[in-house]
Amino acid sequence: MSSALATTRPPARAGSVVTEGLAVRALLIGIAVVFLALFLVLPLVTVFIQAFAKGWSAYLAAFSETDARSAIRLTLLTAAIAVPFNLVFGVMASWAIAKFEFRGKNLLVTLIDLPFSVSPVVSGLIYVLVFGAQGFLGPWLLAHDIQIIFAVPGIVLATIFVTFPFVARQLIPLMQEQGTAEEEAALTLGASGWHAFRTVTLPNIRWGLLYSVLLCNARAMGEFGAVSVVSGHIRGLTNTLPLHVEILYNEYNFVASFAVASLLAGLALVTLLVKSLLEWRFSAEIAAGARGH
Amino acid sequence: MAEPPLRPRRRFRQPSVIPGFGITFGYTLTCLGIIVLLPLAALVARASGLGLWGIWAVATDPRVASALRVSFGVSLLAALTASVFGFLIAWVLTRYRFPGRKIVDAVVDLPFALPTAVAGIALASLYAPNGLVGEQLAKLGIEAAYTPVGIYIAMVFIGLPFAVRTVQPLIEEIDKEIEEASATLGADRWHTLIKVVVPPLIPAVLTGFALAFARGVGEYGSIIFIAGNLPYVSEIAPLLIVIKLSEFDYGGACAIATIMLGISFVTLLAINLIQAWSRRRFGYV
Repeated sequence: MSSALATTRPPARAGSVVTEGLAVRALLIGIAVVFLALFLVLPLVTVFIQAFAKGWSAYLAAFSETDARSAIRLTLLTAAIAVPFNLVFGVMASWAIAKFEFRGKNLLVTLIDLPFSVSPVVSGLIYVLVFGAQGFLGPWLLAHDIQIIFAVPGIVLATIFVTFPFVARQLIPLMQEQGTAEEEAALTLGASGWHAFRTVTLPNIRWGLLYSVLLCNARAMGEFGAVSVVSGHIRGLTNTLPLHVEILYNEYNFVASFAVASLLAGLALVTLLVKSLLEWRFSAEIAAGARGH
Repeated sequence: MAEPPLRPRRRFRQPSVIPGFGITFGYTLTCLGIIVLLPLAALVARASGLGLWGIWAVATDPRVASALRVSFGVSLLAALTASVFGFLIAWVLTRYRFPGRKIVDAVVDLPFALPTAVAGIALASLYAPNGLVGEQLAKLGIEAAYTPVGIYIAMVFIGLPFAVRTVQPLIEEIDKEIEEASATLGADRWHTLIKVVVPPLIPAVLTGFALAFARGVGEYGSIIFIAGNLPYVSEIAPLLIVIKLSEFDYGGACAIATIMLGISFVTLLAINLIQAWSRRRFGYV
């Protein structure tokens, strides 16, 4: 498995035949840096500039609103359900897929990856089709007074869907690379399966696991399209942070909108920082599954 | 252990001393079924209720056709841009050493980490006629916000990491001895790059392109703020699904969703074919 993070070679000497001339190198580096600065960094900086455009008190005022607080609460609640769910699923799935040989494995892996190739809006739509008033289970849910769409369960389900592959696709290649020899040794020495998992497998995959949970959490807290479709945008009840950002923006309440957005941007920055630290520190363990997200 | 050459009947699973296959496999299938497969099946069921003609009728509705054209057309252009600059960025990050390289490398993942709605409002305020960049573009006579140009910018933003991250590991693995051999045999640097270095990277570039394209077509949050969402001009297909849903036109929403799903399956298939071809031709994915 190739990796973006494997050992780096020593830099080529100036005048070497395997690199470009100094001027070309400087030009290419310049283009790359300017492009990234313009397209990626500038939007991020804008969030903070706009959030603080009217000073600290205006910034903080955005969070004293009860709607903002309930949005924060709902986002935390959603992530607190979706992330552990996908953590357990990811570990279970990668155990079955990486430690055993069975037919149809490739198909199973492809199906687990499916949510990544579905548009967020379609991800929301499919739950409306199942649980919505006109959906397949709609009449039954109505009769039993259970509300899923335009309520918290729908938001949680849609979030689980869009973050479904994160942990599994990180762990599967990692555990495949590690093979089964260590677990077999533990079992031969009399460990139970659970004991072998806890003391042999888990320590081997912990950094990869942490890495994937981090990315899963960032997506869970930031998901917009899928959640937007199933939420119904009921202020104070079914508004997550990203939806709250949208509502404030559409009301031309830019400072508050960017203030709430800066919270999510801060989360993204922390995620990137910890992710990079993990990559630099534990590159080999994470590299196996690092291609694509 | 070598498999016996003749087995009376193939088993579903190879024997193993590792425990827990039944429970983990069963749990995986159950979750996959409930969370992913059943809801997707609901969409397929709804769409098949419409029939091919029903879907065709929705797809050829002028407003829908225009939205699909905008989504696919602009996404193609954006994926192309992301691939070109993505290749350049991947090359610079793996081949050159310069101060701040690791930070630049980390920045590439920003669109993965930044929630799409946040990116959306930030891009909209930057490229608005009175925004930091929009003002400069306006002087050049370019209107970015509330036109397809804005959609293009958002799609480049969202697609760039895919283009960089699929090519980067392969550039890192290039054996420099091949380049040395090429130089020793008298090729200048430009020839070495075009004839020796780039060809084996083409499958990865194509995969990155396909991923960026697929992401761009389905993208919603980072686009709707900057797009302005004018029907027939800057309205994207995912937004039209949302509009149809809010009008309780489930059939219309399903038809558009089915077309988009169809395209993403074709894209996925294309990626798999590229990778299979690459495995045959170059011996790696």
